[in-house]
Amino acid sequence: MTIHVATRATTGIALAAGLAFAATADETANLIVNEEIEMVTHTAAPAHVENLDEIVSGWVFRSAETQSLQMDDFDNPGMIFVDQGMDQWNEVAGTAGNSCATCHEDVAVTMAGVRSVYPKWNEEAGEVRTLAMQINDCRENQMGAEPYKYTGGEMANMEALISVQSRGMPVDVAIDGPVQATWEAGKELYYTRTGQLELSCANCHEDNYGNMIRADHLSQGQINGFPVYRLKNAKLNTAHARFKGCVRDTRAETYKPGSDEFVALELYVASRGNGLSVEAPSVRN
Amino acid sequence: MRLIPTALAVAALATGAAFANPVKPAEIQFDDYGAIATSLTGVAGDAANGRDVMITRSKGNCVACHAVTALADIPFHGEVGPTLDGAADRWGEADLRGLVANAKMTFEGTIMPAFYKGSGYIRPGDGYTGDAAVGELPPILTAQEIEDVVAYLLTLKE
Repeated sequence: MTIHVATRATTGIALAAGLAFAATADETANLIVNEEIEMVTHTAAPAHVENLDEIVSGWVFRSAETQSLQMDDFDNPGMIFVDQGMDQWNEVAGTAGNSCATCHEDVAVTMAGVRSVYPKWNEEAGEVRTLAMQINDCRENQMGAEPYKYTGGEMANMEALISVQSRGMPVDVAIDGPVQATWEAGKELYYTRTGQLELSCANCHEDNYGNMIRADHLSQGQINGFPVYRLKNAKLNTAHARFKGCVRDTRAETYKPGSDEFVALELYVASRGNGLSVEAPSVRN
Repeated sequence: MRLIPTALAVAALATGAAFANPVKPAEIQFDDYGAIATSLTGVAGDAANGRDVMITRSKGNCVACHAVTALADIPFHGEVGPTLDGAADRWGEADLRGLVANAKMTFEGTIMPAFYKGSGYIRPGDGYTGDAAVGELPPILTAQEIEDVVAYLLTLKE
């Protein structure tokens, strides 16, 4: 909370000094999508997030114009990709002659509540699986189809289609039991200062959220809105593509999307958002 | 070509520098408070060029994190670090040189990147490509650019 207070004070001084700033966020706005789905954008931090009192959706940090794009599906450019995901859902692909719908039928029924618990442990495979890994496991082993590129457009579409079925549900990722070692590894990465700029995730997204870094308003780096439509590149972006971009911007050698490191980081970062609503496909800048 | 090293040697002698000129990152002597007493180059800093370094994204990009009223014509100053207004009232030249070169020597654990440090990075990259760095990384700024930024900061008095 102290960070927020300090931020407002600093902004006030800076504005008084006549400096130019990007459009600032309306931090008091409520996110209700289609006048129907009430999103939790502020809530108490889970006990395992030791250094935050409150967790806050990235939506809160965006300008009023960007915020409004997510409040109605007719305005949300991400919904186009949900439609494309639905086409993929019904499309027969691979040697087994199956589509997603062959087994999973109505996505609105079978995929409700799935996004909110991923990444999660897969007992049979003995590994932590992201939603992307599960989608590709289905394609390769149930459909006999080629896997999607991990951060490609088809994967983002399918993640968006599956995620939107959980919209408004609280993120509820497990961090204990068989996933605990992976979660710990993700936490280690979160606090490791990489690259020539020697920046960790925490430097910006835990210690400085709410502050401006050049024209960008730093958020907590929550991933409850992924995949996210970014106005910057006018497409749907996956969490691992965003992780890669962030690590690259520390002038570091990045990890690969789908790598053990990014899977662990996704689990850890997702868990930091336990209690926020699934927002995908969200809209950010 | 033989003229250049000779000229540098003469310059080093003239300023009484104990180190090769410019001082390499590994050769810097920080005092107990993280300050660097002597110039890294022996050449006086150029405040006008220092201003350019401070506002250029590919150079220092200091305004990304610090607000500076004297640079109000440059848009989008950050809030991550303290304002630099009055920096020269708070710090001396040696302090500022140490802070720009490697602020972690003054403030342990600070978020501020070290602008004149050659090694000791975790997963160093090749600029902003995301690929691994090839060989030893050059510091983010040159020794003279450090001196130029220090010269500019010394103009920031309230």
